[in-house]
Amino acid sequence: MSLLTVRGLKAFYGASEALHGIDFSLSRGGVTALLGANGAGKTTTLRALCAMIRTEGTIEFDGRTIGGMATETIVRRGVALVPEGRGTFTDLTVEENLRLGAITRGKSAEVEADLDRLLGIFPRLRERLRQQAGTLSGGEQQMLAISRALMLRPRLMLLDEPSFGLAPLVVRDIFEILRRINADEGVTMLIVEQNARLALDLADHAYLLETGRIVLEGPSADIRADEGIQRSYLGY
Amino acid sequence: MLHQLVSGLMTGAIYGIVALSLVMIFNATNHINFAQGEMAMFSTYVAWMLINAGLPYWAAFGATVALSFVGGMALERMVLRPFRDAPLLSIVVVFVALLLAFNALAGWIWGYVLKKFPSPVSQFSTGTSLIGAHELFVVAVTVLMLTVLFLFFRFTRLGLSMRAAAQNPVSARLVGIRVGRMLTLGWGLAAAIGAIAGMLVAPIVFLDPDMMGGILLYAFASALLGGIDSPAGAVLGGLIVGVGENLLGAYVVGNDIKLTVALIVVISVLIVRPRGILGRITVRRV
Ligand SMILES: Nc1ncnc2c1ncn2[C@@H]1O[C@H](COP(=O)(O)OP(=O)(O)O)[C@@H](O)[C@H]1O
Ligand SMILES: [Mg+2]
Repeated sequence: MSLLTVRGLKAFYGASEALHGIDFSLSRGGVTALLGANGAGKTTTLRALCAMIRTEGTIEFDGRTIGGMATETIVRRGVALVPEGRGTFTDLTVEENLRLGAITRGKSAEVEADLDRLLGIFPRLRERLRQQAGTLSGGEQQMLAISRALMLRPRLMLLDEPSFGLAPLVVRDIFEILRRINADEGVTMLIVEQNARLALDLADHAYLLETGRIVLEGPSADIRADEGIQRSYLGY
Repeated sequence: MLHQLVSGLMTGAIYGIVALSLVMIFNATNHINFAQGEMAMFSTYVAWMLINAGLPYWAAFGATVALSFVGGMALERMVLRPFRDAPLLSIVVVFVALLLAFNALAGWIWGYVLKKFPSPVSQFSTGTSLIGAHELFVVAVTVLMLTVLFLFFRFTRLGLSMRAAAQNPVSARLVGIRVGRMLTLGWGLAAAIGAIAGMLVAPIVFLDPDMMGGILLYAFASALLGGIDSPAGAVLGGLIVGVGENLLGAYVVGNDIKLTVALIVVISVLIVRPRGILGRITVRRV
């Protein structure tokens, strides 16, 4: 039973069509990778799921169609996007950024507990709680973006190139944390990456996008073994 | 000298409170509302009408603040929302049109004859010639409002949502904030604060459609000086401009060119520190 099902999804920037009718589904509690070269339409797919651009086709989340809903409403249903560029509120403090992640949950002991738990996972953020978020390093801002998304207690987490621009060691840490969050809390994840090897290690299923079309799909192990993929995306 | 200082603080408090309403809209929308002064003037006329209809001062005060809050929100919904994605220049044009409309409307409804506006503390005396009861009242209300707003923006979830929506609407939506509502609310708050400012000013300058013209200019300078995104900066800027203006006018350059000199001083400060004294945001497009 899948958490998200997409059929015939098209997405538009003004009059130009960037996704030409794609189908995919995300299994509940699983990690799915969306791979593809620069400009293939990965970011566009995530934007489409969050109603940040004009779309056609059907998007079903947890058995209900969410196409036509406002971004805010979709988020309130439990879909959290860690966007390209990280979307930091640069003039606010790190703590305010984190609290904004849970802004729709009201004020509760659970929110405080979640904040404390995330600061346990990312001690760097705890040290910088009162600092303006814009002063953080790239890696710290990525951790902040992931934490902010988790503060929503999402059922589905969409991640747009979490490895982008980060040092290999930081990337390793972040992916390890994502793996733990998925294993411990069962958060379903759709992870977009240009770094296919990294994403395939984490994901159980993968789709390959080429200029707005899905051209390949399957379990991560099969995709990893695919010769074409190896040549084009894994650099063997 | 002391007298000039005190009266400067009082005018400064008024600049500060009008600046506060400018900051409010800036913080909600990143725009500077040139019609703010005229909206405040219009609200004050409404208060005047209610008082003349026999309402006690504080009832009229409360009703005016509430009406202005609703009016400000309605204005955003009906007049500004269609221009949400319009280029900056068209939005400026809308502000100027609003300014002229409110001015003309007030003149048409209530006429251009100066009207006396009551002060709720006129029966009290401070026992000194240094500062009058109304002056003291103005300063007290300013401090109170600043405190309330500071607490609201700093410590409430709604205040945080409003700041987030203004700073980064895309990210705000992605955490589930209904950005449109925050803008509407920002306008309501600004209109309410403006109404209070108008009712504080009117007993001093008399009520007429052009009452807020000069004040808005000083308030604008104050807001820029203090930091356009900082409520505390707005009031601090107001006090500095108010005192500076009074001392300059009395001792240095005379009343005729004090406005010019005050503005030059403000601009000089902004060249050195573009964010303003307490601001975090640099004003790039004014
Ligand atoms: N804001 C935009 N306006 C117009 N076209 C865009 C915009 N963003 C992306 N595109 C176009 O949509 C296509 C897919 O881009 P994108 O989804 O960003 O690719 P990816 O994330 O896979 O690198 C590209 O052809 C790109 O030029
Ligand atoms: Mg991208």
